[in-house]
Amino acid sequence: MTTIRFRINGNVVADEVPPRLSLADFLRERRNLTGTHLGCEHGVCGACTVLVDGEPARSCLMLAVACDDRTVETIEGFADDAVMAALRRNFHQHHALQCGFCTPAMLITACDLIRRGRAGSERNIREGLAGNICRCTGYTNIVTAIAEAGKEIASEVRHGQ
Amino acid sequence: MKAPAVDYVRPRSLTQAVGLLAHASVEARVMAGGQSLMAMMNLRLATPGLLIDIARLPELMSVTDDADAVTFGACVTHAAIEDDRVPDPSRGLMPRVAATLAYRAIRNRGTIGGSLALADPAAEWPAVLAALDAELTLLGPSGRRSLKCAEFATGIFETRLAADEIIETVRVAKLSATARWGYLKLCRKSGEFATALAIVVADPGRGCSRVVIGAANGAPMALVDTAELVAAGRRDPEALRSAVAADLDRAAERHFDDFQRNVHAAAAMRAVQQVLA
Repeated sequence: MTTIRFRINGNVVADEVPPRLSLADFLRERRNLTGTHLGCEHGVCGACTVLVDGEPARSCLMLAVACDDRTVETIEGFADDAVMAALRRNFHQHHALQCGFCTPAMLITACDLIRRGRAGSERNIREGLAGNICRCTGYTNIVTAIAEAGKEIASEVRHGQ
Repeated sequence: MKAPAVDYVRPRSLTQAVGLLAHASVEARVMAGGQSLMAMMNLRLATPGLLIDIARLPELMSVTDDADAVTFGACVTHAAIEDDRVPDPSRGLMPRVAATLAYRAIRNRGTIGGSLALADPAAEWPAVLAALDAELTLLGPSGRRSLKCAEFATGIFETRLAADEIIETVRVAKLSATARWGYLKLCRKSGEFATALAIVVADPGRGCSRVVIGAANGAPMALVDTAELVAAGRRDPEALRSAVAADLDRAAERHFDDFQRNVHAAAAMRAVQQVLA
Protein backbone atom coordinates (compact mmCIF):
# COMPACT_ATOMS: atom_id res chain seq x y z
CA MET A 1 0.00 0.00 0.00
CA THR A 2 1.17 3.49 -0.84
CA THR A 3 -0.20 6.72 0.59
CA ILE A 4 -1.25 9.26 -2.00
CA ARG A 5 -2.59 12.77 -1.72
CA PHE A 6 -4.03 14.69 -4.62
CA ARG A 7 -6.81 17.04 -5.60
CA ILE A 8 -10.02 15.75 -7.18
CA ASN A 9 -12.57 18.32 -8.38
CA GLY A 10 -11.09 20.89 -6.04
CA ASN A 11 -11.00 18.69 -2.92
CA VAL A 12 -7.79 17.34 -1.44
CA VAL A 13 -8.04 13.58 -1.10
CA ALA A 14 -5.65 11.26 0.75
CA ASP A 15 -5.82 7.47 0.66
CA GLU A 16 -3.84 4.28 0.84
CA VAL A 17 -3.83 2.38 -2.44
CA PRO A 18 -2.23 -0.73 -3.88
CA PRO A 19 0.07 0.34 -6.76
CA ARG A 20 -1.86 -1.72 -9.32
CA LEU A 21 -5.04 0.34 -8.78
CA SER A 22 -5.83 2.49 -11.83
CA LEU A 23 -6.94 6.08 -11.47
CA ALA A 24 -10.26 5.04 -13.05
CA ASP A 25 -10.93 2.36 -10.44
CA PHE A 26 -9.81 4.70 -7.68
CA LEU A 27 -12.31 7.34 -8.83
CA ARG A 28 -15.17 4.89 -9.27
CA GLU A 29 -14.66 2.54 -6.35
CA ARG A 30 -12.97 4.64 -3.69
CA ARG A 31 -14.58 8.02 -4.42
CA ASN A 32 -17.89 6.87 -5.93
CA LEU A 33 -17.28 9.17 -8.91
CA THR A 34 -18.98 6.82 -11.34
CA GLY A 35 -19.34 9.35 -14.14
CA THR A 36 -15.92 8.17 -15.32
CA HIS A 37 -16.72 5.08 -17.37
CA LEU A 38 -14.58 2.07 -18.21
CA GLY A 39 -15.01 0.55 -21.64
CA CYS A 40 -11.94 -1.17 -23.02
CA GLU A 41 -9.38 -0.64 -20.22
CA HIS A 42 -6.53 -0.39 -22.68
CA GLY A 43 -6.67 3.17 -23.93
CA VAL A 44 -8.67 2.74 -27.12
CA CYS A 45 -12.30 3.64 -26.35
CA GLY A 46 -11.69 6.90 -24.48
CA ALA A 47 -14.68 6.47 -22.11
CA CYS A 48 -12.47 6.95 -19.03
CA THR A 49 -10.98 10.30 -20.11
CA VAL A 50 -10.53 12.79 -17.25
CA LEU A 51 -8.36 15.89 -16.87
CA VAL A 52 -5.03 15.38 -15.12
CA ASP A 53 -3.28 18.66 -14.36
CA GLY A 54 -5.74 20.30 -16.74
CA GLU A 55 -5.07 17.99 -19.69
CA PRO A 56 -7.14 15.04 -20.95
CA ALA A 57 -5.74 11.67 -19.93
CA ARG A 58 -6.95 8.07 -19.94
CA SER A 59 -7.69 7.18 -16.34
CA CYS A 60 -7.41 3.47 -17.23
CA LEU A 61 -3.79 4.06 -18.31
CA MET A 62 -2.73 5.89 -15.16
CA LEU A 63 -2.05 4.37 -11.81
CA ALA A 64 -3.63 6.14 -8.86
CA VAL A 65 -0.17 6.16 -7.19
CA ALA A 66 1.22 8.11 -10.15
CA CYS A 67 -1.34 10.86 -9.47
CA ASP A 68 0.20 11.78 -6.12
CA ASP A 69 0.39 15.60 -5.92
CA ARG A 70 -1.54 16.05 -9.15
CA THR A 71 -4.91 17.65 -9.88
CA VAL A 72 -7.70 15.55 -11.38
CA GLU A 73 -11.03 16.75 -12.73
CA THR A 74 -13.84 14.35 -13.52
CA ILE A 75 -17.21 14.98 -15.14
CA GLU A 76 -18.64 15.54 -11.63
CA GLY A 77 -16.46 18.67 -11.42
CA PHE A 78 -16.66 21.62 -13.84
CA ALA A 79 -19.31 23.32 -11.66
CA ASP A 80 -18.41 26.89 -12.65
CA ASP A 81 -16.95 26.11 -16.06
CA ALA A 82 -18.50 28.22 -18.83
CA VAL A 83 -17.25 25.92 -21.61
CA MET A 84 -18.70 22.84 -19.94
CA ALA A 85 -22.00 24.66 -19.31
CA ALA A 86 -22.25 25.52 -23.03
CA LEU A 87 -21.41 21.94 -23.96
CA ARG A 88 -24.01 20.46 -21.60
CA ARG A 89 -26.66 22.81 -22.97
CA ASN A 90 -25.81 21.98 -26.59
CA PHE A 91 -25.54 18.22 -26.01
CA HIS A 92 -29.06 18.44 -24.59
CA GLN A 93 -30.39 20.65 -27.37
CA HIS A 94 -28.86 18.69 -30.25
CA HIS A 95 -29.59 15.27 -28.78
CA ALA A 96 -25.90 14.44 -28.72
CA LEU A 97 -26.27 11.30 -26.65
CA GLN A 98 -28.11 8.07 -27.05
CA CYS A 99 -27.12 5.49 -24.43
CA GLY A 100 -24.87 8.04 -22.71
CA PHE A 101 -21.97 5.72 -21.93
CA CYS A 102 -19.42 7.75 -23.92
CA THR A 103 -20.91 11.12 -22.95
CA PRO A 104 -18.85 12.14 -19.88
CA ALA A 105 -15.59 11.59 -21.76
CA MET A 106 -16.99 13.18 -24.93
CA LEU A 107 -17.75 16.29 -22.87
CA ILE A 108 -14.28 16.37 -21.30
CA THR A 109 -12.57 15.87 -24.66
CA ALA A 110 -14.81 18.51 -26.26
CA CYS A 111 -14.05 20.94 -23.45
CA ASP A 112 -10.33 20.54 -24.14
CA LEU A 113 -10.87 20.98 -27.91
CA ILE A 114 -12.73 24.26 -27.37
CA ARG A 115 -10.19 25.54 -24.84
CA ARG A 116 -7.33 24.79 -27.25
CA GLY A 117 -9.15 26.40 -30.17
CA ARG A 118 -9.53 23.09 -32.01
CA ALA A 119 -13.31 23.13 -32.41
CA GLY A 120 -13.50 25.62 -35.28
CA SER A 121 -14.27 23.18 -38.08
CA GLU A 122 -16.01 19.85 -38.48
CA ARG A 123 -12.73 18.30 -39.58
CA ASN A 124 -10.91 19.49 -36.45
CA ILE A 125 -13.70 18.30 -34.20
CA ARG A 126 -13.86 14.89 -35.87
CA GLU A 127 -10.08 14.47 -35.64
CA GLY A 128 -10.19 15.56 -32.00
CA LEU A 129 -12.85 12.96 -31.26
CA ALA A 130 -11.00 10.10 -32.97
CA GLY A 131 -9.98 8.76 -29.57
CA ASN A 132 -13.52 8.67 -28.15
CA ILE A 133 -15.71 5.91 -29.47
CA CYS A 134 -19.51 6.17 -29.48
CA ARG A 135 -20.87 2.68 -30.02
CA CYS A 136 -24.33 4.13 -30.78
CA THR A 137 -22.45 5.86 -33.64
CA GLY A 138 -24.14 9.14 -32.76
CA TYR A 139 -21.25 11.24 -33.98
CA THR A 140 -23.23 13.61 -36.21
CA ASN A 141 -25.11 15.18 -33.31
CA ILE A 142 -22.06 15.13 -31.05
CA VAL A 143 -20.05 17.06 -33.66
CA THR A 144 -22.90 19.56 -34.13
CA ALA A 145 -23.24 20.13 -30.38
CA ILE A 146 -19.51 20.75 -29.99
CA ALA A 147 -19.41 23.10 -32.99
CA GLU A 148 -22.35 25.10 -31.59
CA ALA A 149 -20.87 25.23 -28.08
CA GLY A 150 -17.58 26.38 -29.61
CA LYS A 151 -19.39 29.18 -31.49
CA GLU A 152 -21.19 30.30 -28.32
CA ILE A 153 -17.95 30.45 -26.36
CA ALA A 154 -16.16 32.28 -29.17
CA SER A 155 -18.91 34.91 -29.35
CA GLU A 156 -18.89 35.35 -25.56
CA VAL A 157 -15.14 35.91 -25.76
CA ARG A 158 -15.64 38.47 -28.58
CA HIS A 159 -18.21 40.32 -26.52
CA GLY A 160 -15.89 40.37 -23.55
CA GLN A 161 -18.19 38.41 -21.28
CA MET B 1 -8.88 -6.31 -17.37
CA LYS B 2 -6.95 -4.86 -14.49
CA ALA B 3 -3.18 -4.66 -14.05
CA PRO B 4 -1.62 -7.45 -11.97
CA ALA B 5 -0.14 -6.73 -8.54
CA VAL B 6 3.08 -4.78 -8.82
CA ASP B 7 5.41 -2.69 -6.68
CA TYR B 8 5.91 0.94 -7.55
CA VAL B 9 8.67 3.43 -6.89
CA ARG B 10 9.13 7.02 -7.98
CA PRO B 11 12.86 7.79 -7.79
CA ARG B 12 14.05 11.34 -7.10
CA SER B 13 16.81 11.35 -9.70
CA LEU B 14 17.84 9.56 -12.85
CA THR B 15 20.90 8.14 -11.07
CA GLN B 16 18.62 6.66 -8.41
CA ALA B 17 16.38 5.23 -11.14
CA VAL B 18 19.35 3.52 -12.80
CA GLY B 19 20.44 2.15 -9.40
CA LEU B 20 16.97 0.75 -8.72
CA LEU B 21 16.87 -0.84 -12.16
CA ALA B 22 20.29 -2.44 -11.73
CA HIS B 23 19.60 -3.84 -8.26
CA ALA B 24 15.98 -4.95 -8.59
CA SER B 25 15.44 -8.53 -7.41
CA VAL B 26 12.29 -8.87 -9.53
CA GLU B 27 11.60 -7.98 -13.16
CA ALA B 28 11.66 -4.19 -13.13
CA ARG B 29 10.17 -2.04 -15.87
CA VAL B 30 10.85 1.63 -16.36
CA MET B 31 7.60 3.56 -16.84
CA ALA B 32 7.73 6.90 -18.65
CA GLY B 33 4.26 8.01 -19.84
CA GLY B 34 3.02 4.46 -19.39
CA GLN B 35 0.61 4.74 -22.31
CA SER B 36 1.68 1.41 -23.80
CA LEU B 37 3.00 -0.26 -20.66
CA MET B 38 -0.22 0.31 -18.71
CA ALA B 39 -2.28 -1.08 -21.60
CA MET B 40 0.03 -4.11 -21.77
CA MET B 41 -0.30 -4.60 -18.01
CA ASN B 42 -4.09 -4.32 -18.14
CA LEU B 43 -4.08 -6.96 -20.88
CA ARG B 44 -1.60 -9.03 -18.79
CA LEU B 45 0.86 -8.99 -21.67
CA ALA B 46 3.37 -7.40 -19.29
CA THR B 47 3.65 -8.56 -15.68
CA PRO B 48 6.58 -6.69 -14.14
CA GLY B 49 7.29 -7.04 -10.43
CA LEU B 50 8.40 -3.44 -10.03
CA LEU B 51 7.56 -0.23 -11.85
CA ILE B 52 10.12 2.57 -11.77
CA ASP B 53 8.19 5.75 -12.60
CA ILE B 54 10.51 8.27 -14.28
CA ALA B 55 7.80 10.49 -15.83
CA ARG B 56 8.36 13.43 -13.50
CA LEU B 57 12.16 13.49 -13.30
CA PRO B 58 13.09 17.10 -14.14
CA GLU B 59 16.31 16.06 -15.91
CA LEU B 60 14.27 13.96 -18.34
CA MET B 61 11.73 16.69 -19.04
CA SER B 62 14.25 19.37 -19.98
CA VAL B 63 15.16 20.46 -23.49
CA THR B 64 18.36 22.21 -24.52
CA ASP B 65 18.61 24.27 -27.65
CA ASP B 66 22.13 24.96 -28.87
CA ALA B 67 23.55 26.27 -32.14
CA ASP B 68 23.32 23.09 -34.16
CA ALA B 69 20.96 20.75 -32.33
CA VAL B 70 18.05 20.36 -29.94
CA THR B 71 18.43 17.79 -27.17
CA PHE B 72 15.17 16.42 -25.79
CA GLY B 73 14.92 14.76 -22.40
CA ALA B 74 13.42 11.29 -22.81
CA CYS B 75 10.21 12.25 -20.97
CA VAL B 76 9.23 15.16 -23.20
CA THR B 77 5.64 14.42 -24.20
CA HIS B 78 4.25 14.12 -27.72
CA ALA B 79 1.82 16.97 -26.89
CA ALA B 80 4.70 19.31 -25.93
CA ILE B 81 6.23 18.65 -29.36
CA GLU B 82 2.86 18.97 -31.12
CA ASP B 83 2.20 22.35 -29.48
CA ASP B 84 5.69 23.75 -30.17
CA ARG B 85 6.17 24.15 -26.40
CA VAL B 86 9.73 22.88 -27.02
CA PRO B 87 12.16 24.04 -29.73
CA ASP B 88 11.81 22.28 -33.09
CA PRO B 89 15.03 21.29 -34.89
CA SER B 90 13.12 19.72 -37.79
CA ARG B 91 11.42 22.67 -39.48
CA GLY B 92 7.94 21.40 -38.70
CA LEU B 93 8.38 17.66 -39.19
CA MET B 94 8.36 16.67 -35.51
CA PRO B 95 5.26 18.75 -34.56
CA ARG B 96 3.46 17.36 -37.62
CA VAL B 97 4.33 13.79 -36.63
CA ALA B 98 3.33 14.34 -33.00
CA ALA B 99 -0.10 15.59 -34.10
CA THR B 100 -0.76 12.31 -35.94
CA LEU B 101 0.33 10.11 -33.07
CA ALA B 102 -2.52 8.36 -31.22
CA TYR B 103 -5.00 10.68 -29.49
CA ARG B 104 -4.55 13.88 -27.54
CA ALA B 105 -5.24 12.14 -24.21
CA ILE B 106 -2.41 9.71 -25.03
CA ARG B 107 -0.12 12.46 -26.36
CA ASN B 108 -0.45 14.41 -23.11
CA ARG B 109 1.22 11.56 -21.21
CA GLY B 110 3.18 9.53 -23.76
CA THR B 111 6.85 10.40 -24.21
CA ILE B 112 9.42 10.40 -26.98
CA GLY B 113 11.83 8.22 -24.99
CA GLY B 114 9.12 5.76 -24.02
CA SER B 115 8.13 5.32 -27.65
CA LEU B 116 11.75 4.65 -28.65
CA ALA B 117 12.37 2.22 -25.79
CA LEU B 118 9.25 0.18 -26.58
CA ALA B 119 10.14 0.05 -30.29
CA ASP B 120 6.69 -0.82 -31.55
CA PRO B 121 7.33 -1.46 -35.25
CA ALA B 122 4.37 0.73 -36.24
CA ALA B 123 5.29 3.64 -33.94
CA GLU B 124 6.19 7.00 -35.44
CA TRP B 125 9.23 8.19 -33.47
CA PRO B 126 11.60 5.29 -34.16
CA ALA B 127 11.23 5.81 -37.92
CA VAL B 128 11.07 9.61 -37.86
CA LEU B 129 14.08 10.00 -35.57
CA ALA B 130 16.05 7.54 -37.69
CA ALA B 131 15.25 9.72 -40.72
CA LEU B 132 16.41 12.78 -38.77
CA ASP B 133 19.62 10.90 -37.84
CA ALA B 134 18.97 11.52 -34.13
CA GLU B 135 21.40 10.33 -31.50
CA LEU B 136 20.41 8.79 -28.18
CA THR B 137 22.18 8.96 -24.85
CA LEU B 138 21.70 5.87 -22.71
CA LEU B 139 22.55 5.87 -19.02
CA GLY B 140 23.48 2.67 -17.19
CA PRO B 141 25.33 1.73 -14.00
CA SER B 142 28.68 1.96 -15.76
CA GLY B 143 27.97 5.35 -17.32
CA ARG B 144 26.70 6.95 -20.49
CA ARG B 145 26.92 5.86 -24.08
CA SER B 146 25.64 7.29 -27.33
CA LEU B 147 23.95 5.47 -30.13
CA LYS B 148 22.46 6.52 -33.45
CA CYS B 149 18.70 6.19 -33.41
CA ALA B 150 18.89 4.36 -36.75
CA GLU B 151 20.90 1.60 -35.02
CA PHE B 152 18.86 1.51 -31.83
CA ALA B 153 15.86 -0.61 -32.81
CA THR B 154 16.87 -4.09 -33.94
CA GLY B 155 13.49 -5.70 -34.50
CA ILE B 156 9.89 -5.88 -33.36
CA PHE B 157 9.91 -4.51 -29.78
CA GLU B 158 13.68 -5.15 -29.73
CA THR B 159 16.40 -2.57 -29.18
CA ARG B 160 20.03 -2.25 -28.14
CA LEU B 161 18.96 -0.87 -24.76
CA ALA B 162 20.54 -3.06 -22.06
CA ALA B 163 18.32 -4.33 -19.25
CA ASP B 164 19.96 -1.89 -16.81
CA GLU B 165 19.94 1.19 -19.06
CA ILE B 166 17.53 4.11 -19.39
CA ILE B 167 17.26 6.46 -22.38
CA GLU B 168 18.33 9.88 -21.13
CA THR B 169 18.19 12.18 -24.16
CA VAL B 170 17.42 12.33 -27.87
CA ARG B 171 19.62 14.77 -29.79
CA VAL B 172 18.31 15.99 -33.13
CA ALA B 173 20.61 18.07 -35.34
CA LYS B 174 18.91 21.15 -36.77
CA LEU B 175 17.90 20.90 -40.40
CA SER B 176 19.30 23.65 -42.62
CA ALA B 177 17.15 26.31 -44.27
CA THR B 178 17.25 24.37 -47.55
CA ALA B 179 15.91 21.18 -46.01
CA ARG B 180 12.61 19.65 -47.08
CA TRP B 181 10.68 16.77 -45.60
CA GLY B 182 7.81 14.50 -46.48
CA TYR B 183 5.71 12.48 -44.05
CA LEU B 184 2.99 10.04 -44.84
CA LYS B 185 1.10 7.88 -42.37
CA LEU B 186 -1.54 5.54 -43.72
CA CYS B 187 -4.09 4.27 -41.25
CA ARG B 188 -7.82 3.64 -41.44
CA LYS B 189 -8.74 5.95 -38.58
CA SER B 190 -6.99 9.09 -37.24
CA GLY B 191 -4.69 8.17 -34.38
CA GLU B 192 -4.43 4.47 -35.08
CA PHE B 193 -1.11 2.74 -35.45
CA ALA B 194 0.16 3.03 -38.99
CA THR B 195 -0.44 0.50 -41.73
CA ALA B 196 2.36 2.25 -43.59
CA LEU B 197 4.62 5.07 -42.53
CA ALA B 198 7.13 6.88 -44.73
CA ILE B 199 9.46 9.75 -43.90
CA VAL B 200 11.74 11.60 -46.29
CA VAL B 201 14.27 14.17 -45.11
CA ALA B 202 16.32 15.89 -47.81
CA ASP B 203 18.79 18.46 -46.58
CA PRO B 204 21.17 19.67 -49.30
CA GLY B 205 22.57 22.26 -46.86
CA ARG B 206 23.90 19.47 -44.67
CA GLY B 207 24.51 17.10 -47.56
CA CYS B 208 22.21 14.37 -46.36
CA SER B 209 19.07 12.72 -47.54
CA ARG B 210 17.16 9.86 -45.93
CA VAL B 211 14.06 7.86 -46.71
CA VAL B 212 12.77 5.59 -43.94
CA ILE B 213 9.65 3.46 -43.71
CA GLY B 214 8.01 2.17 -40.54
CA ALA B 215 5.36 -0.46 -39.80
CA ALA B 216 7.65 -2.66 -41.89
CA ASN B 217 7.62 -6.04 -40.08
CA GLY B 218 10.69 -5.09 -38.09
CA ALA B 219 12.83 -2.11 -37.16
CA PRO B 220 12.45 1.05 -39.28
CA MET B 221 13.89 0.41 -42.73
CA ALA B 222 16.04 2.82 -44.74
CA LEU B 223 15.31 3.00 -48.48
CA VAL B 224 18.84 3.75 -49.67
CA ASP B 225 18.41 3.70 -53.45
CA THR B 226 15.39 5.98 -53.14
CA ALA B 227 17.32 8.35 -50.87
CA GLU B 228 20.10 8.61 -53.47
CA LEU B 229 17.66 9.68 -56.17
CA VAL B 230 16.05 12.19 -53.80
CA ALA B 231 19.51 13.60 -52.97
CA ALA B 232 20.22 13.94 -56.68
CA GLY B 233 16.91 15.78 -57.14
CA ARG B 234 15.62 13.17 -59.59
CA ARG B 235 11.91 13.77 -60.23
CA ASP B 236 11.26 11.06 -62.78
CA PRO B 237 8.43 8.99 -61.21
CA GLU B 238 9.43 5.81 -63.08
CA ALA B 239 12.99 5.96 -61.76
CA LEU B 240 11.72 6.69 -58.25
CA ARG B 241 9.22 3.84 -58.40
CA SER B 242 11.90 1.36 -59.44
CA ALA B 243 14.24 2.59 -56.73
CA VAL B 244 11.52 2.05 -54.11
CA ALA B 245 10.81 -1.40 -55.57
CA ALA B 246 14.50 -2.30 -55.49
CA ASP B 247 14.77 -1.15 -51.88
CA LEU B 248 11.73 -3.23 -50.88
CA ASP B 249 13.02 -6.25 -52.83
CA ARG B 250 16.25 -6.26 -50.86
CA ALA B 251 14.33 -6.79 -47.62
CA ALA B 252 13.31 -10.41 -48.28
CA GLU B 253 13.68 -11.21 -44.57
CA ARG B 254 10.71 -8.93 -43.82
CA HIS B 255 8.35 -11.16 -45.81
CA PHE B 256 6.11 -8.38 -47.13
CA ASP B 257 2.94 -9.72 -48.67
CA ASP B 258 1.52 -8.10 -51.83
CA PHE B 259 -0.67 -5.70 -49.87
CA GLN B 260 2.21 -4.56 -47.67
CA ARG B 261 4.54 -4.12 -50.64
CA ASN B 262 1.98 -1.95 -52.40
CA VAL B 263 1.08 0.09 -49.38
CA HIS B 264 4.73 0.73 -48.39
CA ALA B 265 5.62 1.65 -51.97
CA ALA B 266 2.65 4.02 -52.21
CA ALA B 267 3.47 5.66 -48.87
CA ALA B 268 7.13 6.08 -49.83
CA MET B 269 6.26 7.55 -53.25
CA ARG B 270 3.80 10.02 -51.76
CA ALA B 271 6.28 11.15 -49.09
CA VAL B 272 8.96 11.56 -51.76
CA GLN B 273 6.57 13.61 -53.89
CA GLN B 274 5.98 15.98 -50.95
CA VAL B 275 9.72 16.71 -50.97
CA LEU B 276 10.00 17.10 -54.72
CA ALA B 277 6.80 19.13 -55.15
